[in-house]
Amino acid sequence: MTTKLNARHRLIPLVSMGIPLLSVIGALGIGSLLLAAFGANPFVGYREMFLGGFGDIDAIADTLVKSIPLLLVGVGICLAFRTGVVNIGGEGQILAGAILSTLAALAIPNTPRVFLVPILLIVGGLGGAIWGAIPGALKAYVGVNEILSTIMMNIVAGHLLSFLLEGLIIEPGEIRIQQTKRLTENSDIPLLPGGTRLHFGIIVAVFVAVVAYVVLKRTTLGMRLRAVGHNQDAARYAGMSVQNNIVLALALSGACAGVAGALLVFGSESHRLIGEGGAAAFTQSAGFNGIVAALFGGLNPLLTIPASFLFGGMLIGGIEMQRAVQVPSALIIALNGIVVIFVVSSFRLKRKLEQAMTSSDRDRA
Amino acid sequence: MWSEFFTVSSLVVVLASTIRLATPFLFASLGETLGQRSGVLNLGIEGVMLIGAFSSYYAASKTGSPWMGVLAALVTGCVMGLLYAFVTLVLHAEQGISGIGVFLLGLGLTDVLFQRWVGTPIPIDGLDPWNIPFLADIPTVGEIFFQHNPLVYLSVLLVVVATVVINRTTFGLNIRAVGEAPDAADTLGISVNRTRLFTILIGNCMAGLAGAALVLPFGTFQQNLTSGRGFIAVALVYFGAWRPIGAFAGSLLFGFVLAVVNQFGALGIVSGATSSLTAMAPAILTIVVLAIVSRRIGQPAALSKPFDRNG
Repeated sequence: MTTKLNARHRLIPLVSMGIPLLSVIGALGIGSLLLAAFGANPFVGYREMFLGGFGDIDAIADTLVKSIPLLLVGVGICLAFRTGVVNIGGEGQILAGAILSTLAALAIPNTPRVFLVPILLIVGGLGGAIWGAIPGALKAYVGVNEILSTIMMNIVAGHLLSFLLEGLIIEPGEIRIQQTKRLTENSDIPLLPGGTRLHFGIIVAVFVAVVAYVVLKRTTLGMRLRAVGHNQDAARYAGMSVQNNIVLALALSGACAGVAGALLVFGSESHRLIGEGGAAAFTQSAGFNGIVAALFGGLNPLLTIPASFLFGGMLIGGIEMQRAVQVPSALIIALNGIVVIFVVSSFRLKRKLEQAMTSSDRDRA
Repeated sequence: MWSEFFTVSSLVVVLASTIRLATPFLFASLGETLGQRSGVLNLGIEGVMLIGAFSSYYAASKTGSPWMGVLAALVTGCVMGLLYAFVTLVLHAEQGISGIGVFLLGLGLTDVLFQRWVGTPIPIDGLDPWNIPFLADIPTVGEIFFQHNPLVYLSVLLVVVATVVINRTTFGLNIRAVGEAPDAADTLGISVNRTRLFTILIGNCMAGLAGAALVLPFGTFQQNLTSGRGFIAVALVYFGAWRPIGAFAGSLLFGFVLAVVNQFGALGIVSGATSSLTAMAPAILTIVVLAIVSRRIGQPAALSKPFDRNG
């Protein structure tokens, strides 16, 4: 009897992980139809995508680099969504972090690297936190829908980037490309040993994910955030400030994205802030793709780590796929959209399955 | 330069393009108003607008007829509506986040299709303006109001239609009932989900139409052509206090801001870096508008809550 019970309970995490996996498989299925419609062989396309993302040590390193901003944004999404706040402002928060940390690097270029790199990461986090706190405060104290305000903050940040890069911080010289000069070498994020492009940022991102997990799970702060997300009235009745926690959640969420922005600048091979080609070219749309990773990870910061790796691989592999079967890698964005729709659609099914399993246990007991 | 802006001819250009630029906002926000009055939040209209714009561009460039473009936008909007209805009404997906999924789908899909099927953008013929007889000949006034393409007139007509439908028809009564008190409406025998299915379909068709109204005068498609207009249209529903006439006023406001920004650029009042600052105006205005209207008027009680008879 007990073994049966345990076996049943052991199925629950399987359901929790199985449904997101099915979502991705379903999205890839729809993607294969699209590939076939374009006259490309889906198997060849996906094989190239897989090899491009995970095929050898360099591919895996590139995938890990790609997954850094996804993971950081995704962790921020976990913090916000668990508090019941929908943060679609990752793009803007990445940009705010990148801009503020770049300004800092331009202001204090002679600071030794051991100090400068941590300072810049913190300043980047601060920039993102400010960009998140504004819609947070507007929601908490004025009642502005945070989905819309965070999207608008993305647009504002994008124009702010091109404003700065068209004049104030553009690389001096005749060629007017929207980019800064090569920033001080003291700001370079160190590469990890192994001769790949993988840099120290991955350790920062994983560290932030673990910290966020511990904070959410084991601290009073995390308990407050989750309480507000679960039931605002109950949280208020228990003496918590719903408003302050909403601002805090969006600020923390933005801070994670801001760190990602700093890493995108100082961890890049060019070591510049580049706005040429638009803001989305700089952020690599991580502000949106991070949402996909977080949802895929069930809004759990630890599970967001493998989720980001998977989606990072799809994005890197998408470029190989484009090369092999001439289908634009923007297909991956469309597939991500389908994954979001599938995952969100399956929440109710998942809840029902979990309920069914636990209640049948009770019936038997 | 400023003196050039405040000339009659310049102001006529600004006001005429205010109306033209308001049209996509108006189609999208009218559709969203209907949906929200029935309790459905659709944040995906940005993506549907992109799909509408692309299909409109593609059909118009293949057939040579902009009207085929309009038709294509309606059809793809309707298809997206069926998808969204399935996801929200049958599967009860969280409406805010699934809308973001629809946005990403539209953003990626139109980019892929555009690169793959079109490649180099070739401008298409837009809809010819319809000069309203007699009225169009009035100096200044005629130029501002009565020399537009047919979609502009259609959008204004739909303000009246939507107002009448919501306030004076049984269908409108049902919409309001399922948006405010779905349980009570259900008890009275009104099918909550069927009513919402219709508002979702109408809303998505109008989002598709908004895409057509954006791309046909513009003449060509480009990646992320809408650049947030669909999201602004959702904000306009709040601004308009869930009334079509309010959505109309909001659309005109945003059309005006875009028109002024365009005219500043055309006259060289802003250029380079400063044009990036003026380009922020619609987004900042959206936030300001939302802050002003946020707590004034209540939204439909059942907004974004899925209906489930068994609780």
